[in-house]
Amino acid sequence: MNVVETRGLGKRYRSTWALRECTLAIPAGRVAALVGPNGAGKTTLLNLAVGLAAPSEGEVTVLGGRPAGSPAALDGIAFVAQDTPMYKNLSAADMLHLTRNLNRRFDQHYAEARLADLGIPLKRKAGKLSGGQQAQLALTLALARHPRLLLLDEPVAMLDPIARHDFMATVLTAMADDGVSVLLSSHVLAELERVADYLIVLSRGRVQVAGEVDDLLASHRVLTGPAAEAATCAGRRAVHLRRGEVQAHLLVRSAADDPVPVGWEAHPVGLEELVLAYLREPGASEPRELAALRKAEPSEVTK
Amino acid sequence: MGIGKEVSAADGRGAVSGRGAAASPIEFRLDAGSGVPTYLQLVQQVEHAMRLGYLKPGDQLPKVRDVVAALAINPNTVLKAYRDLEIKGLAAGRPGQGTFVQATLSQVALPELTALRRSLSGWLTAADGAGLDEDGIVALFTSALRDFYERRSGSRARGGAASDGTEGVA
Repeated sequence: MNVVETRGLGKRYRSTWALRECTLAIPAGRVAALVGPNGAGKTTLLNLAVGLAAPSEGEVTVLGGRPAGSPAALDGIAFVAQDTPMYKNLSAADMLHLTRNLNRRFDQHYAEARLADLGIPLKRKAGKLSGGQQAQLALTLALARHPRLLLLDEPVAMLDPIARHDFMATVLTAMADDGVSVLLSSHVLAELERVADYLIVLSRGRVQVAGEVDDLLASHRVLTGPAAEAATCAGRRAVHLRRGEVQAHLLVRSAADDPVPVGWEAHPVGLEELVLAYLREPGASEPRELAALRKAEPSEVTK
Repeated sequence: MGIGKEVSAADGRGAVSGRGAAASPIEFRLDAGSGVPTYLQLVQQVEHAMRLGYLKPGDQLPKVRDVVAALAINPNTVLKAYRDLEIKGLAAGRPGQGTFVQATLSQVALPELTALRRSLSGWLTAADGAGLDEDGIVALFTSALRDFYERRSGSRARGGAASDGTEGVA
């Protein structure tokens, strides 16, 4: 099952396309990370998947074909928006009460136990909680609905390192407990390697790369060699080139057992380096044949 | 949908063994700067703990949920590490309980290990006294170690893993 599926999805605000020709199939059981510079279309894509915005073209479904925004879709997803907006004058208990009455399903016991664990007083007004506690409260409200898909827009951008760690630990523990799938947008590249196992790189409203992290790392590597030969060596598989006077580093799409050109060294690439390389080359995108090749391989273990 | 199912299976393990079962003898840590993939760090830490005798056959590895909560890492990463250990024959999953060590990597018992460490300390003191710095000691040790195994494998017929169990772990 795919938790989010889009075909030719686009969203235009007046004359500007925020998202264009977006075709994705994000499998269930993953933490999928949506990365890209500001204005790349991350929030737009999340809003479209949640049903907060209507597509200008194309279509988007969630949880195995339920149209985004439909009651069936809303029943299975939870969304925490950027900066975790909250009614500042309502207490944590009021927020629980409100959320319980606005939703068909709400696990009051889970929510209260979770807030007690976190040491968040039920009587405290949301506006008086620390940034980390507000984020945890919003996350608790989302998880108490026991969603099948949790969407998070820049969830940890405003948090200090400990609050960020604890927030992600809560998300990932819910994944271990409930098997909830996660789609999050993030700027914090350094943490992606530990958290994400599916990656989508967005740039200027278009999908540059999308795929399982393991597959992406296995299908890219860095070649280091003489700068003079960089152009001939690169061919059309190069994503990104960094060159000095004499030496050059090339990030190329190639399998680990592809032959290395004479005089060059091959190194495996890390996730952060890979993402940065794509973000620096907004024009580069994965060739279709490679994406198709990967799709042909069985991506799910069937037992 | 294989992986999602395994996540829920891990939940089952956690829930059952959470009641009353002894905790794992080890805790994992992560070194973000090492460049080693997360799942491999977990695998290496288990192997290391087995070699040093911290983990013995029958010991339980940390529950998936506990590792996830402590390190804020993807549960699939922990499952991948445990699957890797199972494939290597070092650990085995017990349905509804968790993953347990089932092999031994430490060829000598803890007291002997302590004695060996003591004699190595003596050697290190001598090396330090002779004027070698840390890099020099590591270089000398590594080179001597390689010589030792090369000489030994040269004197034996090359035929895969030794069967007497005294072969060093690769």
